[in-house]
Amino acid sequence: MRRLLFIVRKEFIQIFRNKAILPLITLVPIIQLIVLSYAADNEVRNVQLAIVDQDHSAYSRLLISKIRASDRFILVDAGASVARAKEGMQLGEVDVVLSIPPQFEKDFLRYKSGEIQLLVDAINGQQATVGAGYLSAIIQSFSQEIREDAAPMLAVQKRAGPQIKLEHAYWFNEELNYKHFMAPGIMGELVTILVMLLTAMNIVREREVGTIEQINVTPIRKWQFILGKMIPFLIIGLLLLTIGLTAGKLLFDVPMRGNLIVVFAYCLVNLAAVLGLGLFISNLSDTQQQAMFTTFFFVIIFILMSGLFTPIESMPQWAQWLTVPNPIAHFVNVMRSVLLKGSSFSDVSYNFWVTGILAVVFNFAAVKSYRKVV
Amino acid sequence: MKNEYAIQAIDLTKKFGDFTAVDAISFDVEKGEIFGFLGANGAGKTTAIKMLIGLSKPSSGQATIAGYDVYSQTELIKEHIGYMSQKFSLYEDLTVLQNIRFYGGVYGLSRKRIKEKSAEIIERLNLEANARKVVADLPLGWKQRLAFAVASVHDPAIIFLDEPTGGVDPATRRQFWEMIYETASRGVTIFVTTHYMDEAEYCDRISIMVDGKIEALGKPGALKSQFEASHMEEVFLKLARG
Repeated sequence: MRRLLFIVRKEFIQIFRNKAILPLITLVPIIQLIVLSYAADNEVRNVQLAIVDQDHSAYSRLLISKIRASDRFILVDAGASVARAKEGMQLGEVDVVLSIPPQFEKDFLRYKSGEIQLLVDAINGQQATVGAGYLSAIIQSFSQEIREDAAPMLAVQKRAGPQIKLEHAYWFNEELNYKHFMAPGIMGELVTILVMLLTAMNIVREREVGTIEQINVTPIRKWQFILGKMIPFLIIGLLLLTIGLTAGKLLFDVPMRGNLIVVFAYCLVNLAAVLGLGLFISNLSDTQQQAMFTTFFFVIIFILMSGLFTPIESMPQWAQWLTVPNPIAHFVNVMRSVLLKGSSFSDVSYNFWVTGILAVVFNFAAVKSYRKVV
Repeated sequence: MKNEYAIQAIDLTKKFGDFTAVDAISFDVEKGEIFGFLGANGAGKTTAIKMLIGLSKPSSGQATIAGYDVYSQTELIKEHIGYMSQKFSLYEDLTVLQNIRFYGGVYGLSRKRIKEKSAEIIERLNLEANARKVVADLPLGWKQRLAFAVASVHDPAIIFLDEPTGGVDPATRRQFWEMIYETASRGVTIFVTTHYMDEAEYCDRISIMVDGKIEALGKPGALKSQFEASHMEEVFLKLARG
């Protein structure tokens, strides 16, 4: 036990001897939290829309003014030529083309139906489909309006029958504040990545410098060595989370509806898993460079498949299975559930369990792969 | 296996696939002896040492270190030996005192004993002014003497030194050997590998390894007369050339 304390103390001295560490665990996370929370915004704005109005009627102008009223579109001038608008789409200057044919208003009044065409550039899928979605909603309400407006003029008086009107209520994030949604997930991701990288670089560094040989001829036990390396990073990880939560609260006023003890308890389990994986990578690598690249491989998969940016539910089934051993996916889920929904321990106990099992597996691998004897 | 020898090796062998790095070497080292372990680069010295200190499992043969078996009691061996590797391996980013304290703690010394040892080492190496400097800032000669002192912080029965004086000037080497003598005079067994033939002359007995085998073993004087040589260097060259 005493031996362990000496190892932990030595690790701490070494970690903080490194001048890059302090900014790395304080400033960098805050900057990332700010940048990512603002930038990783799934809300679609700035859709480049070209409206080709060949009708120039009261109705077409009404529709255009309704679209203008929305702040999601940037109107691109394409004159009255669909061809020019298509050209713009080829050049990437236009995401969506809305074409109002000549006679639109006349047809509408005469035949009770008018046709409008939407051309969507599906290369940038999100921007285009979500943009087209917004546009459809606007057109829908426009259509409703002109129907009522034109009713007296229409040949057949058609009383509006019973209608279903959808009312949305957004729970847990009433204002659909994207920062509130992103920041907790990003905190979880940051803590995991930083700790994993620091750990992965650690043992391999001792191997590179040669100090590990000296350690190996001492009576230090494997578990003492591994635990001695883990404890400092565990503490740093918890510190990181504290800094992240404080920054999230101060900067974005992220709600904290659930019990923070659940968050910290989960963080502890998660760190145990990630540290084990980091040390395992470190044990298998010969150089710090190798360790870094291996870590990046995992980190990239972990992040992209964590549900942080794209919902896990919309991944194919096999990919959803792959997210089960992904510590970041669980962390993101726990952070969002507890902070935004106010989930209790029992609500996220699945995440606790899976991560706990991961921790056991990874650490077993770490201890096994650390060989004192060659 | 009780014996009076500090180190006893019988037909100790290490194979890596088809390659036999250490080929059935046998020797004894008595307690308090300074035993020189010589050989050309690649002769198998480092592999042999690694087996003796429990870093590498022998393929066959037997060995006991301070009475402990190299197969089954490696952790016990580690408590009773000190080792200083070829590659400088103290923590360069820790201070002199922090290194001593860390290794003292790792070897289970009490806080009081660590304090005493620190003071003793600092005084012996005249490091008073540099005790709180990081090791990286010390000159190589000092680093190596410090590494030796740290390797013996737990007062081990045997100290293994793997080319401890590589790359330092003759005056510093001299100082280093004075430390070795002083340590040996306290009854500590020294097992040392070196490339310097003048250093071989300082040893009580030496062995010379060629291609994994021990080709010569004895007191420096006896070896010189056996090979009709005036210097150890001649003995070495005669053997190394085959």
